[in-house]
Amino acid sequence: MNEQLAKIVSYLKDYDGPEIRLMEVCGTHTAAIFKGAIRSLISPKIHLISGPGCPVCVTPAAFIDKCVEYAHMDGHVLYSFGDMLKVPGTAGSLSDHKGQGAHVEVVYSPFEVLEKAAAQPEVTHVVAAVGFETTAPIYGLMIREMQEKDIHNVRLVTAIKTILPALTWICDSQPEIDGFICPGHVCVIIGSDPFLPLAEKYKKPFVVAGFEPEHLLVTIYDLVRQIEAGEHNVGNHYKNAVHAAGNRKALDVLEEYYTPGAAVWRGLGSIPDSGLYISEKYQEYDGGSFGLDQDIELPPACRCADVITGRINPADCPMFASGSCTPTSPYGPCMVSAEGACGIWYRNR
Amino acid sequence: MCIAIPGKVVEVDGARARVDYSGNQVTVNTGLVEPKVGQYVLVHAGCAIEVMEKDKAEELIELFADIEELGA
Repeated sequence: MNEQLAKIVSYLKDYDGPEIRLMEVCGTHTAAIFKGAIRSLISPKIHLISGPGCPVCVTPAAFIDKCVEYAHMDGHVLYSFGDMLKVPGTAGSLSDHKGQGAHVEVVYSPFEVLEKAAAQPEVTHVVAAVGFETTAPIYGLMIREMQEKDIHNVRLVTAIKTILPALTWICDSQPEIDGFICPGHVCVIIGSDPFLPLAEKYKKPFVVAGFEPEHLLVTIYDLVRQIEAGEHNVGNHYKNAVHAAGNRKALDVLEEYYTPGAAVWRGLGSIPDSGLYISEKYQEYDGGSFGLDQDIELPPACRCADVITGRINPADCPMFASGSCTPTSPYGPCMVSAEGACGIWYRNR
Repeated sequence: MCIAIPGKVVEVDGARARVDYSGNQVTVNTGLVEPKVGQYVLVHAGCAIEVMEKDKAEELIELFADIEELGA
């Protein structure tokens, strides 16, 4: 191990000060923390708490229901990322309905849909457009390409969310979180500067991390040292991909194609301006994305909402594993998604 | 869901590029970046979202410099 890295690992392992609670906002970080066995390298007094950073887990059931409706319509095909397939709607998941003959196809990239749309002009191709700022510009590029190529048989049902309003909500409702590991790939788009007002307002450090164990260790060290010194700066340890001002082209796409509006997050409720909706000018491409707010009733023992908001870790939920909530028979969405905190914890038990 | 993987650009053709991941090549959209052949791009859902100026080894050197700055 590099000498400097060994020094910080030893510092983090020996830390014996007041308990520190750090939230990793992004589900991909939750997975990387397990893969790198980061918890085994740091003091038990430094707690890593999973946040609301999986778009699939926070999407309400009404969105799934809308997609299911399209998948059963004649002359329509519904395209989704694999992650969304098993998320329960009020009357079953996309996967359940696919088994009953509904037209559901999994795509790796939404651009695949444009090729299919050009090849099958008689079919309406509907995209389950879920995501955070990382994915939102890609749907914007799709709309641009549809205009350029005169494609009119594609609709997007969107459930796009932005992370800053959710972090503000968490800072307001959970003052016990001491610092934040900022979501690396959202930050590729928005940059690290948007965290400055949050750091100033809540007097907490926000540090951007990449997804290698080294990135995470340096970020945790930065946060711990800042907390010990009473500082609240914005840091960036993913400089190879994240610039302070983000990706200008991507931000221009967001501005051109979307309008902010209220969105419902499972566990957090409706948060003003935390959603992105296709703007008025491009409404012909929207598949009815407004008002998809209704959620399923989770089983009473399911603590999904508390997991998403970082109030408990998955293993503290009575349904987790021994309570029979598993990836093959999930109760809550956090167990369904590959990036959901419960699913990740389960696979790494 | 926000997974993104770096790959090396081997060919640029308008708003598309051919990207190599250890021998596996795919075509990606480059509407958000302006990559050159030989550079690494970070790819999410079939779209390059950023050009990475450094390879992995150089990036680690930069990261270790961050540690020095933090006063370890």
